[in-house]
Amino acid sequence: MDLKLIGAEATEAEKAAIASAVPEALTVEVPGRVVRIRRDLRHYLLPAIDAVQSAVGWVSPGAVDEIARRLQVPPAEVYGVASFYALVSTEPRPPTVAHVCNDIACGPDLAAALGDRDDVVESPCLGQCDRRPAVFLQRAGTDDVVLAHATPDAVLAALDGDVGDDTPGFVSPGPLLARVGNVDPSSLPDYRAAGGYEALAKAIEMGPEAVIDEIVASNLRGRGGAAFPTGLKWRGAAGQPGPRYVICNADESEPGTFKDRVVMEGDPFAVVEALTIAGLTVGAEQGYIYIRGEYPLAQRRLAHAIAEARRAGLLGDDVMGSGERFDIEIRRGQGAYICGEETALFASIEGYRGEPRQKPPFPTVAGLFGRPTVVNNVETLINVPRILLEGGAAYAATGTEDSPGTRLFCLSGNVARPGVYELESGTTLREAVEAAGGVPEEIPYLLLGGAAGSLVGSDHWGMPLTFEDSRAAGVTLGSGVIMAFSASTDMREVVRRIAQFFRDESCGQCVPCRIGTVRVEEAIARANGAVDRRLIDDLDRAMKAASICGLGHTASSVVKSAIELGIL
Amino acid sequence: MTVLGAGGGTSSYEEIENTDLILLWGSNARNAHPIFFHHLLKGLRNGARMYAVDPRRSESAQWADVWLGIDVGSDIALANAMAKVIIDEGLHDREFIERATTGFDAYAEKVSEYDLARAEQITGVPADAIREVAIAYATAPTAQLCWTLGITEHHTASDNVLALISLALLTGHVGRYGSGLVPIRGQNNVQGGGDMGALPNRLPGFYDVEDPEARAKFEAAWNASIPPKRGWHLTQMFEAMAAGKLRGLYVIGENPAQSEADAVHAVEALRSLDFLVVQDIFMTATAELADVVFPAAADWVEGEGTVTSSERRVQRVRPALRPPGEARTDIAIISGLARAMGVDWGDPTAEEIWDELRSLSPAHAGMSYRRLEELGGIQWPCPDENHPGTKFLHARLWEEEVKDPAPFIPVDWVPPVDTLTDEYPIRLTTGRHLDGYNTGVQSSGFDSPLRTGTTLDISPEDAERLGIVDGEVVRVVSRRASVTAPVRIDPEMRPGLTFMAIHYPEQVDVNKLTIEAWDPKSGTAEFKATAIRIEKL
Amino acid sequence: MTAETTSPALVTLEIDGRDVAVPEGSTILDACRRIGSDQPTMCWASTLTPVNVCRVCVVEVEGSRALVPSCSRRVEEGMVVRTDSEAVRHARKVVFELLASAVDLSLVDDSIRAWMAEYGCEPERFGPAAPPSDDRDRRQAGHHRRPTGETAETVHQPVKVDNPLYVRDYSKCILCYKCVQACGPEAQNTFAISVAGRGFDARISTEFDVPLPQSACVYCGNCIAVCPTEALMFRSEYELRQAGMWDPDRQEVVTTICSYCGVGCNLELHVQDNRIVKVTSPDDHSVTRGNLCIKGRFGYEYVQESDEPTPIDEVLARARADS
Ligand SMILES: Cc1cc2nc3c(=O)[nH]c(=O)nc-3n(C[C@H](O)[C@H](O)[C@H](O)COP(=O)(O)O)c2cc1C
Ligand code: SF4
Ligand code: SF4
Ligand code: SF4
Ligand code: FES
Ligand code: FES
Repeated sequence: MDLKLIGAEATEAEKAAIASAVPEALTVEVPGRVVRIRRDLRHYLLPAIDAVQSAVGWVSPGAVDEIARRLQVPPAEVYGVASFYALVSTEPRPPTVAHVCNDIACGPDLAAALGDRDDVVESPCLGQCDRRPAVFLQRAGTDDVVLAHATPDAVLAALDGDVGDDTPGFVSPGPLLARVGNVDPSSLPDYRAAGGYEALAKAIEMGPEAVIDEIVASNLRGRGGAAFPTGLKWRGAAGQPGPRYVICNADESEPGTFKDRVVMEGDPFAVVEALTIAGLTVGAEQGYIYIRGEYPLAQRRLAHAIAEARRAGLLGDDVMGSGERFDIEIRRGQGAYICGEETALFASIEGYRGEPRQKPPFPTVAGLFGRPTVVNNVETLINVPRILLEGGAAYAATGTEDSPGTRLFCLSGNVARPGVYELESGTTLREAVEAAGGVPEEIPYLLLGGAAGSLVGSDHWGMPLTFEDSRAAGVTLGSGVIMAFSASTDMREVVRRIAQFFRDESCGQCVPCRIGTVRVEEAIARANGAVDRRLIDDLDRAMKAASICGLGHTASSVVKSAIELGIL
Repeated sequence: MTVLGAGGGTSSYEEIENTDLILLWGSNARNAHPIFFHHLLKGLRNGARMYAVDPRRSESAQWADVWLGIDVGSDIALANAMAKVIIDEGLHDREFIERATTGFDAYAEKVSEYDLARAEQITGVPADAIREVAIAYATAPTAQLCWTLGITEHHTASDNVLALISLALLTGHVGRYGSGLVPIRGQNNVQGGGDMGALPNRLPGFYDVEDPEARAKFEAAWNASIPPKRGWHLTQMFEAMAAGKLRGLYVIGENPAQSEADAVHAVEALRSLDFLVVQDIFMTATAELADVVFPAAADWVEGEGTVTSSERRVQRVRPALRPPGEARTDIAIISGLARAMGVDWGDPTAEEIWDELRSLSPAHAGMSYRRLEELGGIQWPCPDENHPGTKFLHARLWEEEVKDPAPFIPVDWVPPVDTLTDEYPIRLTTGRHLDGYNTGVQSSGFDSPLRTGTTLDISPEDAERLGIVDGEVVRVVSRRASVTAPVRIDPEMRPGLTFMAIHYPEQVDVNKLTIEAWDPKSGTAEFKATAIRIEKL
Repeated sequence: MTAETTSPALVTLEIDGRDVAVPEGSTILDACRRIGSDQPTMCWASTLTPVNVCRVCVVEVEGSRALVPSCSRRVEEGMVVRTDSEAVRHARKVVFELLASAVDLSLVDDSIRAWMAEYGCEPERFGPAAPPSDDRDRRQAGHHRRPTGETAETVHQPVKVDNPLYVRDYSKCILCYKCVQACGPEAQNTFAISVAGRGFDARISTEFDVPLPQSACVYCGNCIAVCPTEALMFRSEYELRQAGMWDPDRQEVVTTICSYCGVGCNLELHVQDNRIVKVTSPDDHSVTRGNLCIKGRFGYEYVQESDEPTPIDEVLARARADS
């Protein structure tokens, strides 16, 4: 296109970073005589931005120009996309920046103790609530790292380059997590020795239709929040004309959620195998794992697993001798909760701002690049090998009728052993909390399901943790968040922080959510005594009814539940 | 486009949105015809592939999947070589050629002289690329071949067009929805002016002035006799002036003192006239030379009438402003002049004049003012008041029985007149900026933040060789004159090629440099291929 | 590809109890209009692909949990639609209130004002409007200043006057995306502007907020043409408004053909006191679809250069001298 650049020169470091991540859209075949352009490289925009941000710590005008020139994407668009993400800075910034969680599990103290520094920024939940307080160190030119159980001194040391060792959080495994902590996550042979890739072999032997039949029979439901039957999703996409895509949604940014991280860090090959099965089953040749940028360890382990699988012929042109092609690319999110919403995730991969699209059309009909696409949560996917090995019917017989299998719960807050608990469906809330060493009498309120879930009080202790029981109780299990508060927790502040979260994370596209989230936070800030219930109620109804996506639909749920519980 | 009958773009803008392949040849429509380019861009978004043939990788060419950087003035060699590839590969539409064309054998023989090696040598375009574009054009299910002044502002203008038309005939890319030949016109009514007979050889409605039957029809209607011989076109007129054969001139809405190639000669010729009348909305450089000036209203905004666009769409213009001072509409001036010369036409309205035209030109017969209003303009031909107008021309070529087959007219490449030599080693070509228009009398009136003035755009390599930095003012010398201009180093330029925009004669009178060599068939002059050298000041 | 246009099948649906049949592929909005039932719209335009972001057009569709945007949702056989249910009225009321509480809607179309009255909107209930801010173009995604709750945050900010042809007053911007669509893939393909930032801080911006003359802008004005709130405005209109001389009642709109180039673009000349003060193009014309280039949009000055300047000329000349 007739591109007009800003006229800023990129540094050598910027150029090298961009060159390593993206191809040239424009080829000068014969100077002055023949030039060719490609128009299909827009989806390299996110990797390009990621590459510069990672290498030099911000995206300068020179870098924008270089990306624009290389991809033939206009600078205003590059800037529009870059400025969408919280981890991307379009202004100069120190090379190492500490993103200090001040969200509801970690609380405000660590950030407050660090004070106002230009290398410290506050962050929403980092998915490390079991190891609070958490800090994510974004380090230009070297690997990003997470500091768990962080102290002000540790953060200052880390900003100076001294990062201590990382100890994993607590895991209470069931069948899904059996390998986590027991099998070397970097070893393909160990994974195979522990039963890995048996399911893929079986899937190839069974053929796609039989696999789908098993998944449908298993009654597996999505663990990403919407609880949609996975088998129907696969069948839907498989029935559409190709090319098709499969995506593992590893964006896990719902405050209080960290289960997918634990899976990816502890059993990365399982994610790769499961996504491969999904790909072969729905007839996709390309899969993506979209992982939140704040999960550097999980990302490294997955990248390693993918490379190993490729070397072993478990990905590539002929997957495990099946004759089918399938490969996986990792896309790192850049700090945007909304990109976990499946259609926003498509936009993000495609190189656009992470803005959700109105449904219908549904992803199985028109998803990534407008093609039929299956998006599944990490936890959903790792159920698939189990189902294929055990058989759909056998799986369906576990747990409860409508919620078969086990579920991963993220227990955090006022419990003795925060961590990921794999529990048989049907376990009650009380049992779950007690398993983590929580004392119900000392827990006046719990957050269930995440920031998009709701606050519950003592009347829910007996509720079995299933889709059907939670629905009947008017709550949601969401992404498996069970966060316990104590009598000393400032619940109003918790609610305010959640309102802040949605105000920050709204993509800004649609009016009810863009402005509604602001008004909700203001209404809470304004309320010295009681909030204006009618106002909140009006906002809640309008946002639920008229927003484009699930973020707007659920942004005021916690606030509403807080009002009902008399917290506000 | 006379080989195909009435001259006009064969397609509608809509078709380029729905075509498979766009071949943009010698056209910087992105700048010169931005809203046509919108339609082209829709085509790209709908999945069309695009090839651009242009000496420069212009703003338009930058949108192409593949740009072919051709040497200025070598278009015929490229077209003929493409034809040879198409025929050699057996990709020509034999059935169509058989049924709807004549003269294929002679054409095939002519183009057989243009093998790829020779074409590469003449055009500078690598043989592989020529082959590729030829095959792409021939194999596309539908294709639009579009051009503008890069094809027509040459001394071989008509032959250039013939070479392109032949490509379309060879491949059957004409007369079907999505396939056509699309010349985009430079001014808002060049098409309409020609359609109305403002050509040396035409009567209104595409009749040949030398056809006695046609003349009789108009003589009867007008109750006057019409000279039986075709007149002179503009360049011939200037030659006649120079030779002392043309002594009086009535110029309406043209500024030849600045717009003619070789402007130095043009002014001399105008000065030599016995009597010069200029009718214009501006006191132009030409008007300054006139004996009598008729101040005219700007018809598109102070008058009434119709104009015809490049897709043959006749549309109405309407008065929005009162003409300033003594200015009058063209109709009023011409009728007044007639009255002064002893013929009273009354005070006809624009609509009355149009209705007379409709009664004489079958192609316009169905276009009442009311219908033009209702339908947002109508594309000719529109023979009666129930006819919706015509989206694309020459559908007849696809009928079972083709009455008037289209002739292939073989043409040969001849080099630009202004040859490159050691003394004048650099090629200068001219063109338009987005916010400029012709000699700038209209476009200089508003504050365009884009306006850069004229620069001499040169390649970084040439700049380095000549030791010139960006912005440096240099002397540009052609065989006819020299001007000074600041240099703009443009990485899109190739060594040996330079570019100047034409809109700022007060600043840099580019047309002093260009050559008066002209096309014997159309009368257009060679604006696009001047030999220059660059001197440091 | 062919020109064949077989007329599409008809789809029958029910809107507010009335049956209506419309061609397959129509939107609910099309169907509503077919039966003369008008719906409010702000981000929809006949020339652009619906982005369905403003949400003032939402309707109830039986079987759908949330309301659906009528401007983009395609009709389906047997659909049952309600445009005036309590849920619809409530959602539209609040959406309008939210917009009006954050954005200067003083120049929106009268029909929008009528809808707001119809729904009894009270934007003041969110609190007094916060004062204008000057940092909106630099806000980092994911971060914002903590509100006190005393005022309602707004997008109010200084007007951007950075070129002689048009101004950008983003205090009036409802973020309908139309200008971005028009500047981008749907018409102009220049991409001088994009949406930048996120959430409430999302805004229309050039790269790094550079002024238009440094951006890719080619002053086609196609963004101005689609802006529903007059956030984008001809400089002439802006200056005449500042001078208190803008008077639509005294304006006449004349359609004619552009005098530059041979494409045949229709111009709608807005004329006040024998002076062109603004130029648009008809949305429903096949040649332009509402779009023009810089010459057609702004290149009219040459027909109104005059020895005897009118009051309008004087205002505009002063503005020109100032910049
Ligand atoms: C605002 C928002 C954020 C979301 N974030 C995630 C996420 O981080 N991970 C995830 O798996 N699903 C997330 N979802 C749900 C996805 O849209 C989608 O339903 C899910 O990935 C489907 O996978 P499943 O069927 O396996 O649950 C989110 C939804 C919304 C509305
Ligand atoms: S609901 Fe919120 S996050 Fe979802 S599209 Fe609308 S503005 Fe964006
Ligand atoms: S005037 Fe044209 S180029 Fe400039 S921002 Fe508006 S639409 Fe884009
Ligand atoms: S400037 Fe106008 S057109 Fe652009 S988003 Fe804002 S309101 Fe819409
Ligand atoms: S990591 Fe801090 S709240 Fe989750
Ligand atoms: S008009 Fe339908 S959402 Fe804006």
